[in-house]
Amino acid sequence: MAAPLINIKEVSYEYEQTKALDHISMAVEEGDFLAILGPNGSGKSTLLKIMLGLIRPSEGSVELFGVDSRQFKHREWIGYVSQKSNSFNSAFPATVQEVVAGGLAKKAGLFHKLPKNTAQQVEEALNAVGMKSFKNRSISELSGGQQQRVFIARALVAKPKVLILDEPTVGIDVQNVQAFYDMLAALNRERNITLVLVTHDVDTVTDRISHVACLNQTIHFHGFKDQLHMMSDEEREAWYGHSVRKIHHTEGSHTHA
Amino acid sequence: MLDAILSYEFLQNAFASGLIIGVIAPLLGVFIVVRRLSLIADALSHVTLAGIAGSLYLSQSVGALALLNPLYLGIASSVMGSMLIERLRSVYKHYEELAIPIILSAGIGFGAIFISLAEGFSSDLFGYLFGTVSAVSRQDLFIVAGIAVIVLAFIRIFFKELFVLSFDDEYARASGLPAKWIHFLFMIVTALVIAGSMRIVGILLVSSLMTIPVATAMRVAKSFKQTIWLSILFGEISVLTGLVTAFYFDLAPGGTIVVTSIAILLVILAYRKISLSKKRGAAA
Repeated sequence: MAAPLINIKEVSYEYEQTKALDHISMAVEEGDFLAILGPNGSGKSTLLKIMLGLIRPSEGSVELFGVDSRQFKHREWIGYVSQKSNSFNSAFPATVQEVVAGGLAKKAGLFHKLPKNTAQQVEEALNAVGMKSFKNRSISELSGGQQQRVFIARALVAKPKVLILDEPTVGIDVQNVQAFYDMLAALNRERNITLVLVTHDVDTVTDRISHVACLNQTIHFHGFKDQLHMMSDEEREAWYGHSVRKIHHTEGSHTHA
Repeated sequence: MLDAILSYEFLQNAFASGLIIGVIAPLLGVFIVVRRLSLIADALSHVTLAGIAGSLYLSQSVGALALLNPLYLGIASSVMGSMLIERLRSVYKHYEELAIPIILSAGIGFGAIFISLAEGFSSDLFGYLFGTVSAVSRQDLFIVAGIAVIVLAFIRIFFKELFVLSFDDEYARASGLPAKWIHFLFMIVTALVIAGSMRIVGILLVSSLMTIPVATAMRVAKSFKQTIWLSILFGEISVLTGLVTAFYFDLAPGGTIVVTSIAILLVILAYRKISLSKKRGAAA
């Protein structure tokens, strides 16, 4: 059996003597569409940052594609889309095409120029997220939703096997959130890209994902989304820190805090 | 003017150095501006002042150092300043910007001490503060040319990494780029450009040659590469116009270069305003 793409083993993380994560163990298999859910401050983004190697766990380890993350060399296999508002410089003077081409920097390697077919690869990636016609536009002129699509294209251009997204719909209009998740589901289904997502959009995302992880310092549930209803009320309360109402829909079960 | 340049070596030195820094200062300046590091350029230029003043003082008081080119100590202190800024930024993780006023005041502090210790180099110092046309030596030109080779090689080799790092540093680190090392090298190269540009533009105005042409280019450029080319173009126009004006009217070239670059900025801002109001008028 192939090793999980991401294997988190007994990971704990302390920040200024506060425990953000406590002995987390979890595996992400090829083809999963995993949503990590939890209240604010539950350690969701910290866990993603540990997966990406941006921060080191205080205890435990992470394996990427069967290799310890510290020794893992193929970072281009993992695409990353951060919270829009957090990281990029919104007034940056660059075209969509230039931004997406930046996604090939690691794959091309240090001391090497971008490949000759960069323009074609960029166009393909933009096409996958429905943004091909925007390639010559300035990134700062686009709406929040369009910018996030461009950042997904930047992650896709290096043809990653896993895409990790940290609250990607922050700053996107409510009416565009559905279309955004549809696009992610299509990437997972049609291109077999494994997706790991931190989000608060529980209602919108539940229909599209395959797996759920309920996190609040520890893992309270991790498994197929259809098994989520098996969590007891006590477990739900322990996860979310207060009473959580469970609403049953005709297909699957959705959880509302 | 051309006759004068051909006849006098000092003019050849000044114009050749000017042409070189007209390329490298705005080129690196694009990355400094988009990474919001403009104030670091100011801090480093003041640290360079400390090195220059220290060197001028040493050359007066230590006979063996009488012929030492002050640029060397200027470069050394600027590079050291860039490393100290990085160190302080990691010490004050939540108040990273504190590193800039600390280093800037340290630069001025040491500079003031050396200037008061050594009386009598006021004319030299004036040249270092506001630039000079007449005192650029052949050795200065070679130093500037050497710095330009380093800068151009650095940008050529790490262009794609610098672009990603400037646009989104978290993404750069997450995608496995050696962001920390590239940033460290970037700071050293910035220190070199500041020290190298100082002979023509002057310590107090060097950061403006790295930022004003970029600020102008950003108003009209449609892409990152266009921002770079336009910044260099505006930088070159400012340096050449500034040097010619400084030569004919016997003015400090730092002042004339910066005032020219401000004039270009104002023209571009006015052009943008007029073209935007025309567009709005057409749409209404």
